[in-house]
Amino acid sequence: MTLTTRLKTGIAIGALTTLLAGAAGANTLRMADSSDIAAMDPHSMTESNTIGFLNHVYEGLVRYNQDLEVEPALATSWEFVEPTRLRFSLREGVTFHNGNPFTADDVVASLERAAHESSPVKSNIPSMASVEKVDDLTVDLILTGPDPIVLNYLTNIHILDREWMEENDALLPADMRGGRENYAVANSNGTGPFILESRQPDASTVLTVNEDWWDEPQHNLTRIEFSPIGSDATRIAALLSGELDFIMPAPLQDIDRINRSDGAKAIIAPALRTIMLGMNQTEKLHNSNLTDANPLQDRRVREALWRAIDMELIRKKIMRDMSRNSALLVAPPVPGYDAALDVLPPADAEKAKALLAEAGYGDGFEVGLDCPNSRYVNDEEICQAITSMWSRIGVKANLSSQTPSKHFEKVLGGGSDVYMVGWATLPMLDTYSVLSALLHTPGERMGAWNPGRYSNAELDALTAKVAVELDTDKRTAMMTEALKIARDDVAIIPLHQQPLAWAVRDGVNIPAAADNKPRLWYATID
Amino acid sequence: MIAYVLRRLMQSVLVMLAVALIAFSMFRFIGDPVNSMLPENASVEDRQVLREQLGLDQPVTTQFAKFVTGAVQGEFGVSYRNKRAVSEMIAERLPATLELVLAAAVFALLLGVPMGIYAALHPKGFLANTLNVASLIGISVPTFVTGILLILIFSVWLNWLPSFGRGQTVDIGWWSTGFLTVSGLKSLILPAVMLGLFQVTLIMRLVRAEMMEVLRSDFVRFARARGLSNRAVHFGHALGNTLMPVITIVGLQLGSMIAFAIITETVFQWPGMGLLFIQAVSFADIPVMSAYLVLVALVFVAINMIVDLLYFAIDPRLSVRA
Repeated sequence: MTLTTRLKTGIAIGALTTLLAGAAGANTLRMADSSDIAAMDPHSMTESNTIGFLNHVYEGLVRYNQDLEVEPALATSWEFVEPTRLRFSLREGVTFHNGNPFTADDVVASLERAAHESSPVKSNIPSMASVEKVDDLTVDLILTGPDPIVLNYLTNIHILDREWMEENDALLPADMRGGRENYAVANSNGTGPFILESRQPDASTVLTVNEDWWDEPQHNLTRIEFSPIGSDATRIAALLSGELDFIMPAPLQDIDRINRSDGAKAIIAPALRTIMLGMNQTEKLHNSNLTDANPLQDRRVREALWRAIDMELIRKKIMRDMSRNSALLVAPPVPGYDAALDVLPPADAEKAKALLAEAGYGDGFEVGLDCPNSRYVNDEEICQAITSMWSRIGVKANLSSQTPSKHFEKVLGGGSDVYMVGWATLPMLDTYSVLSALLHTPGERMGAWNPGRYSNAELDALTAKVAVELDTDKRTAMMTEALKIARDDVAIIPLHQQPLAWAVRDGVNIPAAADNKPRLWYATID
Repeated sequence: MIAYVLRRLMQSVLVMLAVALIAFSMFRFIGDPVNSMLPENASVEDRQVLREQLGLDQPVTTQFAKFVTGAVQGEFGVSYRNKRAVSEMIAERLPATLELVLAAAVFALLLGVPMGIYAALHPKGFLANTLNVASLIGISVPTFVTGILLILIFSVWLNWLPSFGRGQTVDIGWWSTGFLTVSGLKSLILPAVMLGLFQVTLIMRLVRAEMMEVLRSDFVRFARARGLSNRAVHFGHALGNTLMPVITIVGLQLGSMIAFAIITETVFQWPGMGLLFIQAVSFADIPVMSAYLVLVALVFVAINMIVDLLYFAIDPRLSVRA
């Protein structure tokens, strides 16, 4: 045997061993979520669990890092050449999973696809007017007006390969209105750290590692096997029996059981979603003994309702010490949040009663309270607790808990008096989301989630300024001021930030993410 | 005969239309699908535009007429949630549900019939009484409790069987089967037991009652008088007469097993039609829900029709009346 053949055999054996190690699947992560990925087409829906999963296959020009800050992804840098013209330099040498090079054409085609008139995600990139290719690695995004948070929006807009879309007649996003299917719904071709290997809806979706990923991998996974498991009991059983390595969500009432078991533990962290109660501020209540006036129009009544809710009790008894009570409408990581304002005075039924008496409702009144029964963590239980807390100050809440689709139909239709909503500010991750959707007077694309028709001229004016202010410090200060106005006027009653609750098998390390989207390209298996 | 069949067919079509209409008028109470289809920050105008494009603003009668026209051509539209053709999604899920129901039915027959025979032949025996009591429990415990108990015992404690999913499947044409792989068969056991358990008790009690009835009848007495052995009387004569009604009931139960598979499929994340339906409900995915309900109605109508035609073939009195 000559030296070269020996060397060759050595290399072959070495290669074989690596291959076998890979095939043995030592680093396969088997995970389950409560619902399936809706579709592989990133521009066909806005479900956050689907987007979170697709982040492993597709990437945007920019992305959120672990601290939820915008960082470069497919674009390496950007600058405003004009206030409404944002120029991106694209990353060189990136390839799609099918081997096609990533260029400016792909960015143009993808952004046009996402913003197309028939696209369900077009409101996730509202300020885009058009997009122009400058050269192969430079793209200009032209805006309809100054937009300080355009980058935040772009974290959520995935880039697809133009050639691939053309070949498969998928240049437009999947759209059920046309009554036809789209190739991109079941197939994918991104630039992300993992490649789609196979997909059986409701059964399993398998990803394998992308060896040619442009970024330095910080994970050591070779394969991700995703299964949806709707039943909480089954999902936990599958984790405890060793069939799964990672589950989300883990129901709060089972956290103790998971932590007591051998070989599994829960990951609990504060999340972005703030749970709150919106209020009808129109002339009349819908579900009340009062027919001539709406007490909720009176700030003192709204404050009384707020003061009567003992959030500490709800946190301890219902949320098992895992939620974070909040006096503001946004969570701490959201720009605009100010810890100095986030001070929740202890519940005070006497004070609440006094406020009601002062407003002329000392004898109390009836009011409708609408809650979803499976949308937020323990949503129905929280509303039941609030109902009894309010009864102590003479306010009789007529509680109606319904499935989420019924609940939101009623709420958005303007049929509720007091209603529960949760707001994570995603995808923009900015207080502007709360200002524009929840607090602004409804109309003209604003206040889409303000069916109670709360209206405050001061807040509307501030919102308009925040929308176009490009100076970050000034803008943040304005948003903080707006949050203070909303708090002092009790525009909406903030309750708490619900926790994210995941569970993993021992030896699996996954960093918690406040936006409830696991970033498995940071996950390791010991 | 032809007139009878035609009349039955007409009735079936009417039943199907009625089911579809009831299903359709119920959809108004499950919520607005548009809210789950658009992002939270979509404007009121965007929502309205989508609602109009999907035809959701039209009166129920118009929507229903559209649905029936499509359904007759085998066209059920595109799922709001999965953006795929509903007919294709159902075809994909059908094998999973049918294999599960088949396995559960075989399990129920293999266990229920012998148990029923034993209970009928030894009505006072200790084992027969135990079986009777056990069957009462089997009838009264909710099936999802049984399912979760099975998972706890066989997956979490003993680690013998998988707690969810269908294992590996093999595609034969468009039919994906779990019968050909070890993991597929292992995955089938717990769900089939859960779905079949109620049927086991039902069949056992039915066989027991029928067989005791038959054993009291004249021809069995004559058979004994002829000096036939116990074995020949029990299994040669009595059993055959017992099974006739049992087979009819089991046939009809197949339909309800397909419908009841919803619960089993939810507990075990079995990727069948029931699971598809449950998810469609929470998303207010109207095309999927309507297609599923029509399909289940079709299964019931078809089974009833076949049973009726069989009766017609067997029972001469029916043809006289016709």
